[in-house]
Parts: sequence; structure tokens; C-alpha cells
Amino acid sequence: MATFEPVLLANVGRDDSHTRAVYESTGGYEALRRTLAEMSPADLTELVKASNLRGRGGAGFPTGVKWTFLPKDHPGPIYMCVNADESEPGTFNNRILMEEDPHQVIEGAILSCYATRATTAYIYLRYEYPGSYARLQAAIDECYAAGYLGKNILGSDFSLDMYLHRGAAAYICGEETGLIESLEGKRAWPRIKPPFPAVEGLFHKPTVINNVETMACVTHIARRGADWFKSIGTPADPNNPRDAGSYGPKLYCLSGHVNKPGCYEAPLGITCRELIDNFGGGVWKNRRAKAAVPGGISMGLLTADELDTPLDFSGPGRVGCLGLGTAAVVVLDETVSIVDFLHNSCRFFAHESCGQCTPCREGTAWSLRMLERMRAGRGRLADLDLLLEIGDSIGIMPGTTICGLADGAAWPIKNAIRKFRDEFEDFIRRTNPHGYDVTEPVPALVQLGGH
Amino acid sequence: MGARHPPYLMATAERILTDEMVAAIQALLPRYPTRQAVTLPALHIVNNQLRHVPLAAVVEIAELLELAPAQVQDTLSFYGFFKQDAPHGRTRAWICRSLSCALRGSESLIEHAQQKLGIASGETTPDGRVTLEEAECLGGCDFAPCMLAGGQLHKNLDTAQLDRIIDTWE
Repeated sequence: MATFEPVLLANVGRDDSHTRAVYESTGGYEALRRTLAEMSPADLTELVKASNLRGRGGAGFPTGVKWTFLPKDHPGPIYMCVNADESEPGTFNNRILMEEDPHQVIEGAILSCYATRATTAYIYLRYEYPGSYARLQAAIDECYAAGYLGKNILGSDFSLDMYLHRGAAAYICGEETGLIESLEGKRAWPRIKPPFPAVEGLFHKPTVINNVETMACVTHIARRGADWFKSIGTPADPNNPRDAGSYGPKLYCLSGHVNKPGCYEAPLGITCRELIDNFGGGVWKNRRAKAAVPGGISMGLLTADELDTPLDFSGPGRVGCLGLGTAAVVVLDETVSIVDFLHNSCRFFAHESCGQCTPCREGTAWSLRMLERMRAGRGRLADLDLLLEIGDSIGIMPGTTICGLADGAAWPIKNAIRKFRDEFEDFIRRTNPHGYDVTEPVPALVQLGGH
Repeated sequence: MGARHPPYLMATAERILTDEMVAAIQALLPRYPTRQAVTLPALHIVNNQLRHVPLAAVVEIAELLELAPAQVQDTLSFYGFFKQDAPHGRTRAWICRSLSCALRGSESLIEHAQQKLGIASGETTPDGRVTLEEAECLGGCDFAPCMLAGGQLHKNLDTAQLDRIIDTWE
């Protein structure tokens, strides 16, 4: 920890950090130059595999392994999609990378295209990031002018075009096959897998989809090597052959009730409490934390007693959370009503469910209605088990939906009610003293004035 | 998509898409192996100029992209982003309501904006000045509560700052 040197944020804060000139003054594009001269695409893939880099977008799948799923000797074209649809509540590290150091991301994307033999890259950027749009477009233009993009990059036989593609404010476009459908000009309904995008993706061609921060990590792996990367983070558990470890630096987002919200770089495996205290200056207003979201709201909730959980790919799962997700920590202080938290979460997922799978569309919509009714003082104790039934039955894990959005909607419900059940029961008894144990069907929401 | 669809453009009726919009859309075609992939960029090009995408424009985009109008309309309607019946205000303001902003007071910001502008979320002031929207996470959680308006992220807002910003909108 004492010797940890930030690399992903090293340039952030410098004057004109977004320009090619400043990026090159700190060694930018040297890794690209050296790789094209000295390494084959297979060598670079092996390097990224050896680093054990796991995707930073949420699922944590090993990046180099993902690349090897592409068909061998495919005549092409192979496509690269950089997933810049960062929309998970609490998450903003991609925005900072794209606005403050876009060349770091683009160098990684060019390297990744070289490794995978992709000849066209699309950066799918959420619409709500106009600052990122301007900076990325300017950086891409600079790269064409410098010969880092276009035909015969740096005199090699590698050619690549890179285009920015803006979304239209839909969370589901961050799901990789939803992203593909959206890029193709259709509604962003995720696809059933297999076939996986590596085999049949964008425009029915082999496609690699990687997150923005993952691309930045590739830049540093090419620059510093796999051993450097593996010297940081949490090693794989030797007793668990399925654990790929949690290596490398990570950009943690910290927001909510802390003194210093921000994006902080730390080795994978920092605990939630260390992040809050050492980087965030502690919980605001001298209050105590009641709970914290460990990695975007989809991942569920850590209680105050679980804040020593390491924020690596395995840690949050050990205390019942869905996973590390985007490593976006949102702190709730002791004054927050857990009912309000869950209402906010349910409203998000009801709004963002794409509507394709009925369990998700109806489950998210009805959980929101129940939370609205509960907040309006018409909650019943039976609602808690009903909400848990929804939580346990929507998603990929129970096997009822195509994509993981519903798992992300379910986890806050399951964690909030199972970890804070007393508070829900107290709230319901207090706000609905004459109806808290009623179990007959509830009249229509409109009759109750729930809105 | 095969053969071109019949010419939906009515020669006698007024065209919605200007020559500039058509040129901007056509300039994007070489970026993609299918014309359909230009759907979302085309909708943005039209929306940037007209502040909505009326059905007649959908028909014209479909003809440019050699699609059935229903294909473009299907995509448009999936995203809540593009208004169709009437233009949004000269400024479109999204105040974030997701968790990090909610924890730092976005609910009262939204209520304040509604009262000041005299409209509900999703509505446009009668003079066409402002459309107020509630956004899901804008990715500005380090600056909560925040608002996206006029192509800019407005950070760490309180009601007084919000008032000052709203007053600058013409």
C-alpha cells in the first residue's frame, strides 16, 4: 500500500492532460510504438492473459481469455466495441478517464484491436457525457493526424478506424449485447447467449467488447508488463481453482455521505472502510455509516458491520452482495431510511428494464409500486416476503431472464430486506398501524393515493 | 434490407430534413457496414436541430436509410430520449434523481425547479424556454447533486445556484 503508485490517474490534474502533447510527454504511445515493432498480436494477447486482467465494467471476466474466444484465422472483419455507456448509479470513473486522459483509453483500445485483429472500433458512449464526447472526438482526430489511427499505423501493416457512437439515455445499452443491438440501430434488447459476441456479435461478425477502464489497463500492461500488474492487488486463492485473483490498480468511485466524494485509485482489495476513511475523509457530518453500496446499486448493500470487506472480485460476494460490480461505493449515513433507499433503487430498475423479459419488466415495475405504497403508509408485513419472492425469481441466476439487469434489480431488494428486515417491519407497523398485518389483495394503487 | 422502399417523400409536401441534415446523415454511412446502424446518429442529427423528431422526419430518415418507417419508429420509441409530438424547450435540463444525488438533496432541487418553472417533470414551459426532466444517474456522483443542461454538467447544486442557472436560460 505504501509503495503503490497510481498510474491510471497519474496524468489527471495536469494542465491539458487531455491532449496528445501532454500524453506523449509522459510516455504516451510509446507502448503502441514498441508493441507494433516487436510483438505479434498473439504475443500481446498472451501478455494480457498472463497479467490476469479482469474486465473493469462489472462482470470481471478475464480480458485476455475473452479475446481468445474469437475464431482463429477469421477472414474478418472483426469489430471492437469500447463500452463507454457507463450508467450504473454511483459510477463515474470512465467519465474521468475519458475527459481527463482520453489518450490513455485510446492507446489501450488501439493495442486491443491489434491483439484481436479488429479493424474497426466503435466507442459506444452514453449520451449524457457531452464532455467525454468532445474530448474523445478531439483525441481521435489527433490520433488520425499523428498516424496512430488509419491506414498502416506507424508504418506497420496494421490499419484501424475508430468511431464514436452516442447512445440515447438507456441503461440497458451497457449490457454488451444490448449495446450491439443499439449500435446496429435497433432497440437495445439483449440477445440470448450463445452465440457469444466473440463468435457472432456486431453485424453478425466476431466482436470484442471491453470497458473503458479495461482499455486503460491494457495500456499500462503493454507499458510495464504482466509481472508489474500481478504485483498489485489480491492474489488468487490457492485453495480455489476457480478464483482468477484480483490483480492490478482499480479506480474506485466514492459518493454519497462522505466528506470527500471522488474517484480514487488503489490496489484491488482495499476495504470499503479504508476507502471511506483514508480517501473519502470519513462519513460526513461526524455521523456513522449505516450501509454502503459496494459497486453500483446492482451489487446490493454492505451493512455497517461489513465495511471491512475487501473490494476485490471475491470480497463483496462473501457477504451476500452480487459482486464487485463497478467498484462504485455509495455511503448511506445513519439518518437514511432503508425504505427510501430501496424505493430509489426499485425506481431506477423499473425505469431502466428494457421490457423484453416479462419477469424483469413486471417484477421491477411491481416492486416499485409496492415500495411506493409502503412509503405512502399502506405497507403490509406480507409485502416483504412478496418483494423477496420477486427478488429470488427474476434474473439470469434463477434462469428467468436473458440478461443480468434483473439480477441487479433483485440484489438491492434481497440485501436490503434480509439485512435490514427489522427496520422495514418497524416502518410498516408505524406508518400503517391498522393494516400492517392485512393479507387480502390490495386495492388499486390509484385508490390509495399512493403517488 | 434489399430493395429500396417506395418513395415516402411526398414531392409536393414540405420536407422536414434540411439539405444539411441529409448531408450530415449521409456522411456517416461509410462508418458502418449497414445503413440501419446510422439510425441513432440520424435521430440525434434531426433532434439537435428540431428539438424533436416528428413522425414525418422518421419517414424521411427511413427512406434515407432504406428502412421501413416502422423500423426507425421502433428504435426511436425504445429510447425515452426523443420527443415526437412537440419540440422540447430551448434548454432541456436533466436533474439527477439516482442514489448519490438523492442522498445529497436532489429531491428538493427537483421540487424547487418544478415550482420555479411552474411545470411538472417531463413538461415544457408554455413559452418554450425550458423542458425539465428527471434523469437516472448522470455519472456526476462526485459532484452530487448535479444537473445536465445546455451540454454542461452543473455540479454541487443548491437551490440558490439552481435559480441563478435557470435565470440564464433564454
